[in-house]
Amino acid sequence: MQAMVYRGPYRVRVEEKDRPSIEHPNDAIVRVTRAAICGSDLHLYHGMMPDTRVGSTFGHEFVGVVDEVGSSVQNLKVGDRVMVPFNIFCGTCFFCARGLYSNCHNVNPNATAVGGIYGYSHTTGGYDGGQAEYVRVPFADVGPTLLPDWMDEEDAVLLTDAVATGYFGAQLGDIKEGDVVVVFGAGPVGQYAAASSWLMGAGRVIVIDHLDYRLEKARTFAHAETINFTEHDDIVVHMKKLTDHLGADVAIDAVGAEADGNLLQHVTAAKLKLQGGSPIALNWAIDSVRKGGTVSVMGAYGPMFSAVKFGDAMNKGLTLRMNQTPVKRQWPRLFEHVRNGYLKPNEIVTHRIPLEHIAEGYHMFSAKLDGCIKPLIVPSA
Amino acid sequence: MAYTPDKPKLAETSEQLRARIPGWGADLDPKDRPSVPREVFDPSFSGAHWEFPERQPENTPRERSIEHAFLTPVFGTSCPPKGLSGVIRRYSYAKYSEGRAAHWLLLLAADRVDTVEGTLRSFVSRRPDNPVTETGILAEGPRHGRRADRGHHLLDPIIVAAPWVLGAALGVAVVRRVAGRSRG
Ligand SMILES: NC(=O)c1ccc[n+]([C@@H]2O[C@H](COP(=O)([O-])OP(=O)(O)OC[C@H]3O[C@@H](n4cnc5c(N)ncnc54)[C@H](O)[C@@H]3O)[C@@H](O)[C@H]2O)c1
Ligand SMILES: [Zn+2]
Ligand SMILES: [Zn+2]
Repeated sequence: MQAMVYRGPYRVRVEEKDRPSIEHPNDAIVRVTRAAICGSDLHLYHGMMPDTRVGSTFGHEFVGVVDEVGSSVQNLKVGDRVMVPFNIFCGTCFFCARGLYSNCHNVNPNATAVGGIYGYSHTTGGYDGGQAEYVRVPFADVGPTLLPDWMDEEDAVLLTDAVATGYFGAQLGDIKEGDVVVVFGAGPVGQYAAASSWLMGAGRVIVIDHLDYRLEKARTFAHAETINFTEHDDIVVHMKKLTDHLGADVAIDAVGAEADGNLLQHVTAAKLKLQGGSPIALNWAIDSVRKGGTVSVMGAYGPMFSAVKFGDAMNKGLTLRMNQTPVKRQWPRLFEHVRNGYLKPNEIVTHRIPLEHIAEGYHMFSAKLDGCIKPLIVPSA
Repeated sequence: MAYTPDKPKLAETSEQLRARIPGWGADLDPKDRPSVPREVFDPSFSGAHWEFPERQPENTPRERSIEHAFLTPVFGTSCPPKGLSGVIRRYSYAKYSEGRAAHWLLLLAADRVDTVEGTLRSFVSRRPDNPVTETGILAEGPRHGRRADRGHHLLDPIIVAAPWVLGAALGVAVVRRVAGRSRG
């Protein structure tokens, strides 16, 4: 089968690989019909995530058709159209039993601090991902859900991570009616977090980025006010001015490890890999939220230390909330929101790229070419 | 105002927002939010029909974090460690917990070694690495227009090109040496 393969930092290509096989009785093999590239994949693509091996296949957002099932699979059969959450999880460990599906303890031998994720380095379990024609799906009775007939396939693939993550990020903000919410990052996660904040009753939503074309989308898609941080000397002071010197009630970091805006942080983290991630947006979030406020961290950081302004967070009495999204838990309610038209996931899709052209796809998304916000991948099979 | 008791007034009331934004307030009640409360004990909810899953066979020795009691019942089997990078990876897993920076720095070092090994290996395969097609740089043609994010990417080309330039320089030096010796 054809699959995207990592060759080293900033280099990927399509290779002929063996079709995956059943390795555990509860595995399924899924033929991928749509996949996507996520902002998280860029951390791998840029060589920031430890234990990203040459030859591995990325991709944790995908939907497809069940092609084969293991002997103990009861809930799926060959031919079912399924959407697969980006988390791999067992359903019954201490954490899964409590709904913390993104923190499963039974699927990732390489690290205890993170659960299992498809195509996301050995640090999350060493599974190949869905930017390929076929993918191995462990715990087929637990993770995948039948793709509802009424749902658009592109909406479905976006629900496997980006939409669920934006929605989850807004929930972790503990938004109350009339709260001022500031979202750092106008990528897919930031767009959905901003849109979801209104569902929770936000009174004002401000999105911050430095890419005007993405901010424009945040205005139309997420009905948000926007700020280009490069137009202000000091974004924290600007945020204070905008909020009567109180600060926002809730700040959401939808940027993560490769944040721009401070050369020293960016170079030490994103380029020299001396930090787990450059916490520029996170530090701005900490400094621009009000005392007693909440910071929700959706942005991903590497497992090493990062230079976070912890003293400010402590002195301000902030609540910091964060996690990888337990995607499947979000779905029943999110499906209703999509069906009601409250969230329209595919409106942010800008590119549909054949799997053969995945190298260009990565470069385009990484270098923000051609107005790219969310690229989908279309396998040929 | 932060200096007085009341919250600053918003530009729009809840009613105005509800009228302007489809779905505004649909999840106002925390009970409607799927992640509230964070932990809800319900082991049967997920569809699992086991208490502890069957174990996937370990066909090749599988490295694992020493913070785990044992190899997890299910694991990925992509790209087992190999070559010098594999030796570094296995050492890092065997010796250091996730709490130690050495663990992650060794893994990152192994990643860089793996890249070099992969490229060298590709030169004796039918499909040598091609930095032009693999970086996707061709997407930068007139078809797709300019970068929106230029400042950010000043360093990227250097990082991508440096190993190739160094490799080429080294190659030239070696060839010269060998050629020089055979002449002299
Ligand atoms: N928690 C989870 O489960 C989860 C799931 C998916 C993605 N993520 C993470 O969320 C983050 C965003 O993902 P995405 O797909 O939207 O990625 P993206 O790269 O498309 O978006 C990031 C955006 O942040 C902007 N940005 C950079 N520096 C900034 C700064 N200092 N302030 C404000 N904006 C800044 C960039 O211009 C870009 O538009 C990534 O770190 C990703 O790994 C987490
Ligand atoms: Zn993702
Ligand atoms: Zn589990």
